[in-house]
Amino acid sequence: MIPGAFEYHRPKDMEGVLAVLQEHGDDARVIAGGHSLIPMMKLRMADIPHLIDLQDVQGLNSITVGDTITIGAMVTQHHIIENHALASAAPIMREASLQIADPQVRYMGTVGGNVANGDPGNDMPGLMQCLDATFTLVGPDGEREVAARDFYEAAYMTDREDEEVLTQVRFDKPQGGFAYEKQKRKIGDYATAAAAVQIVKDGDTCASASIAMTNLSDTPIYSEDAGAALAGTTVDDTAIEAAVAAMLGDIDPTEDNRGPIEFKRHAAAVILRRAIARAWSRA
Amino acid sequence: MAKKMHIKLTVNGQEEEFLAEPRELLIHTLRERLNITGPHIGCETSHCGACTVTVNGKSVKSCTMFVAQADGADVTTIEGLGSPDNLHVLQRAFKENHGLQCGFCTPGMITRASKLLEENPNPTEEEVRFGMAGNLCRCTGYQNIVKSILAAAAELNSAKEAAE
Ligand SMILES: Cc1cc2nc3c(=O)[nH]c(=O)nc-3n(C[C@H](O)[C@H](O)[C@H](O)COP(=O)(O)OP(=O)(O)OC[C@H]3O[C@@H](n4cnc5c(N)ncnc54)[C@H](O)[C@@H]3O)c2cc1C
Ligand code: FES
Ligand code: FES
Repeated sequence: MIPGAFEYHRPKDMEGVLAVLQEHGDDARVIAGGHSLIPMMKLRMADIPHLIDLQDVQGLNSITVGDTITIGAMVTQHHIIENHALASAAPIMREASLQIADPQVRYMGTVGGNVANGDPGNDMPGLMQCLDATFTLVGPDGEREVAARDFYEAAYMTDREDEEVLTQVRFDKPQGGFAYEKQKRKIGDYATAAAAVQIVKDGDTCASASIAMTNLSDTPIYSEDAGAALAGTTVDDTAIEAAVAAMLGDIDPTEDNRGPIEFKRHAAAVILRRAIARAWSRA
Repeated sequence: MAKKMHIKLTVNGQEEEFLAEPRELLIHTLRERLNITGPHIGCETSHCGACTVTVNGKSVKSCTMFVAQADGADVTTIEGLGSPDNLHVLQRAFKENHGLQCGFCTPGMITRASKLLEENPNPTEEEVRFGMAGNLCRCTGYQNIVKSILAAAAELNSAKEAAE
């Protein structure tokens, strides 16, 4: 389990990172926590001649909480769990982070790595779609922004260009009730099915709902129709079943060591029912 | 062939300097280069936690960190926690509560538990189980590991109270 040889770069600023990326193009890649990348390199599924470590780059480590919330790319899952301001403004972030991997991995795994990786098993991309987050990317031509809901194209394929680095995620302070519900084979595992739900309540009815699913297609799935099925209802059983049916119309799971397609669709339905019920009870 | 890098590490309080290929994994540096064989290689795939060490205050699976990433870091292994003549509270608690059988997972368990108790000195049983979820044991069934960690926490807390 020894990865291929590489040259290691540890620039102090983003200009340094971009310079190496521009010089080596496809042959260079950034490393954040390394807890997705290093396992791939050890399996020799990734061969990266130039590795650019982001750990010394300034300005990627902060969390700011207000009407808008921004989280720097190098903020770890451990930081998210420990940040009280974030936990009270966007409790779904903490609830989801606690369900990612194990303590050791959470000290290292970053938001930037989790959302940029493009692995359908990662939990943050679906969460970011539920929250309608915006990603900031910086490249040789400057900065641009992409909606999380437009970012994912296929497994390991995203809208990010090779010479671009993701610097932060940003979303409006979420409103109403929330739930991150995840079915996994054992603690620390990737999802068999996971659902991120935010519901806004107005009197007895649901004003709006946002629903996204993880590891049930080759990208995260934001199910606009599932959210719409709840809006204007009292979130009774009929509405929940309509939302589940809409979600099942949007996902496209494949058979793998987490089970056959029918099982995954079953797990997705169970998880979404639970997530809606919990989010509604907190709304 | 990639160039070797000049690496500086502080391991258990001792400064180490050497040349290494950046792709060298920290667990191999510790075990093969520095002869610090407390941290074990169980799975080599980031799952078992037998290789857990503390790097700059974080519990890290050292099979999943390049030595280049650790350049400049402060590393603590089981060897830095206690010695046979002067056992760490956790080492004594594991011994007294049968927290180990074959002992393969134990260095990783204790190194991780030391960080857990630092962050949460008075954990519930559930918090111990959750905080130790990155460490696997094939022998004990975990009951006595949890018991050992709770016993160490109680001992540390009563020592603290006595000192106050
Ligand atoms: C045992 C184990 C269990 C796990 N379980 C889960 C789980 O349940 N859920 C989950 O979501 N994840 C899980 N993970 C993955 C973990 O959360 C990863 O750490 C995370 O997905 C990637 O973050 P990283 O900082 O380690 O990224 P890295 O591994 O450093 O990078 C991953 C990829 O993203 C790119 N990248 C990183 N940062 C940036 C950036 N700022 N801009 C552009 N590209 C970037 C890298 O080039 C690389 O291609 C698990 C990992 C392990 C080892
Ligand atoms: S050897 Fe590192 S986690 Fe198993
Ligand atoms: S005591 Fe044998 S693996 Fe834990």
